[in-house]
Amino acid sequence: MGQFIQYIESYLGSDQTPGGAGNMFWALVYIMLVFVGLSVAVIAMNWLERKILAHMQVRLGPMRVGPHGLLQPIADAIKLLLKEDIMPAEADGFIFWTAPFIVVLAAFTVFVVVPFGPTHAITDMNIGILFMLGVSSLSVLGIVMAGWASNSHYPLIGALRSSAQMVSYEVAMGLAVVSAILMTSLNPEGTGTLSMIGIVQAQLAQGEWFIFKFFPLGLIAFFIFAVAMVAETNRAPFDLAEAESELTAGFHTEYSGFRWSLFFLAEYSAMIAVSSIAVTLWLGGWLRPFPNLLSGATWDQVFSFFPGATFLFFAAMCFFNAARMPKHPLFRIQTIGLAGFGAALGLIGLALFIPVVRVRIQDIFWFAAKVACFMYLYIWYRGTFPRYRFDQLMRMGWKVLLPMGLGVLILTASVALLQQKIWHP
Amino acid sequence: MTDANSSLSNLDLETPEKPFLDANELVINMGPQHPATHGVLRVILRLDGEKVLGLECVIGYLHRGVEKIGEHRTYTMFNPYVDRMDYVAAVSNGLGYCETVEKLLNVEAPPRAQHVRVILTELNRIASHQLWLGTHALDIGAITPLFYTFRDREEILKIYEKYCGARLTTHAFRIGGLQYETYAGFEKDVKNFLNFFRPKIDEYEELLTTNRIWLERTKNIGRISAADCIALGVTGPVLRASGVKWDLRKAQPYANYKNFDFDIPTGLNGDTYDRYLVRMAEMRQSVRIIEQAVDALPEGPIIAKVPKVMKPAAGEVYHSIEAPKGELGYFIVSDGSTQPYRVRVRPPSFVNLQALDVMCRGQLMADVIAVIGTLDIVLGEVDR
Repeated sequence: MGQFIQYIESYLGSDQTPGGAGNMFWALVYIMLVFVGLSVAVIAMNWLERKILAHMQVRLGPMRVGPHGLLQPIADAIKLLLKEDIMPAEADGFIFWTAPFIVVLAAFTVFVVVPFGPTHAITDMNIGILFMLGVSSLSVLGIVMAGWASNSHYPLIGALRSSAQMVSYEVAMGLAVVSAILMTSLNPEGTGTLSMIGIVQAQLAQGEWFIFKFFPLGLIAFFIFAVAMVAETNRAPFDLAEAESELTAGFHTEYSGFRWSLFFLAEYSAMIAVSSIAVTLWLGGWLRPFPNLLSGATWDQVFSFFPGATFLFFAAMCFFNAARMPKHPLFRIQTIGLAGFGAALGLIGLALFIPVVRVRIQDIFWFAAKVACFMYLYIWYRGTFPRYRFDQLMRMGWKVLLPMGLGVLILTASVALLQQKIWHP
Repeated sequence: MTDANSSLSNLDLETPEKPFLDANELVINMGPQHPATHGVLRVILRLDGEKVLGLECVIGYLHRGVEKIGEHRTYTMFNPYVDRMDYVAAVSNGLGYCETVEKLLNVEAPPRAQHVRVILTELNRIASHQLWLGTHALDIGAITPLFYTFRDREEILKIYEKYCGARLTTHAFRIGGLQYETYAGFEKDVKNFLNFFRPKIDEYEELLTTNRIWLERTKNIGRISAADCIALGVTGPVLRASGVKWDLRKAQPYANYKNFDFDIPTGLNGDTYDRYLVRMAEMRQSVRIIEQAVDALPEGPIIAKVPKVMKPAAGEVYHSIEAPKGELGYFIVSDGSTQPYRVRVRPPSFVNLQALDVMCRGQLMADVIAVIGTLDIVLGEVDR
């Protein structure tokens, strides 16, 4: 027992990730934390998407289950779990059953290397970014299996579209990623890295986020990635694989209940995963904004108050809306619920002001905040754009993004070489 | 078109070009339960990959026998039934029917009734086009315009509700004129709506007209030439988008459209984008017509002298109007009794739907959805 406690304590002083330090206990704890955090994020995303989309479309969205529909995702989850698990008569049973698990597995496994902070990652691999791209592209396997096993025309077409789309956009995505990795080799030490933590530390060492590096080259690479990642996750305007008006629901047409919700879960965690890559590669990962402009200990202090202040802001919003609730006995439970939710958020906010917590949590906060911006963009796209047609999508992937990615890569390499050899030999 | 009982094996569609590889064709049954077929249309698609080799429409899933019912109702009793054909443009259906029976009876509605009819019908044209725009954009993947158009369509429905108590199947007109005098503040409501609606058209256009994805999805999609349109009997905005300046409001003026000043918007290419532009322009023209009609609303009686028991002399009559979707014609045969001997409706949606095959051949599967949307069909009217 004493040994075990010692084993647990031995990690606390470490400046490495649990996986890096080889501490299984803390690695398991981190895995649990990431899994729970991800599930909560997907639930929150479900509610936020419906609410934000609704407000973009002059309607209210869910309002009935809980105050402002806050309990709607939970009600949906219960509904999905209780639904009958239907399998089409002529379907290939084994493949039909395993497909959603492969998709979910691929979507969740990538989070092993996502760096929420310098030590806040399950592990740090020296091939981190390759691992992420590789594992996340495994989900296409599950989608093809789902489409094939359903033994139905719409899922088949959806799966074919999806596989073609994901494979083609991975090429452009890869080129954009390579140009960012190239920038990591411009460190003072002169070594490049594929490690996710290393990439962020390279941005810290160079004092510049890669989106601003070699302006506008970094920006273009980021743009290519930002477009490709929407296509990669099959979201609007590239949601051809599940184009509702054409293919009813695409590859998951024949799925229902829990298996359908696994696809849903996978889609949203894949969105978070690719956004994490974008944040890590171009937006400085866990680094706080304005590191150069507003530098110094005072500003560090100021920015460390942000996490708590954000939660307090959300708490204030809850209280404000609780005060605006109709003063009718029927609304009493809802009002109390909303105020209670606000109080919980406020308590979390206050807890985040405690200096020990504050210092540890701010990395995670900035990372999550940046990812949240991408999530908002996803919703915004969905509310704004019509859907591309399949051939147009392919044309854009192969004829626009791919040459652009190649050009950016070559230019980045040339500029980097010039900088090293001529300007700063 | 075949009836609903035909089996797939009877499909006899010629292949426009032989595929390079002798791959198996994929026959897909789209509908009758499908989110984008606007009701219960069934389309049998023959696909080579995503390319459409041919298609066949199977209709009849919403057949309610409206025409047959007409033979067993008196002229007055049949009036509400026509609202159920094109239920998004019920007022236009009513106008067509009332005018046809009036022609048969040789009566004419008084000027005030004519004006109110024009106002309500043009409001209905706007409402119908709004619904078309919302669903068409939704089919192409833009989900937001639907809610914008429904928000604004609500204002039109409110005017209907205040006028005759119903919102959708209004039964607003009677043979010989109107049953209800306009309510106090009707003119003000209509004018308020026009002022409210004018900037809204710009809002819709802002969302779509210059949207790159929208342009790519609609330009050169579902092209149909003017000759094909005429050969197939296609009318309405689809015909006008192909460049034919044919609008029954000008060509065969009915009601009192000849008193109003408006243009007939036409397109050049006959593609989905032109049809979109034509309908957007038509909404603006409708606003113009309503404005003139409200300003010049005359006083006077609202219904002509019509017999309580209508017994038109034996004979037949065909009368057609420009409904939002095209030429809506009624052919009524009277045998001198209180009930029509035969009622035949020429619904624009039914005739326009014929063009689907011509417009979709050689295009992709996603374009079929866009073309169904741009044809603006209502299955209630196709099947009757």
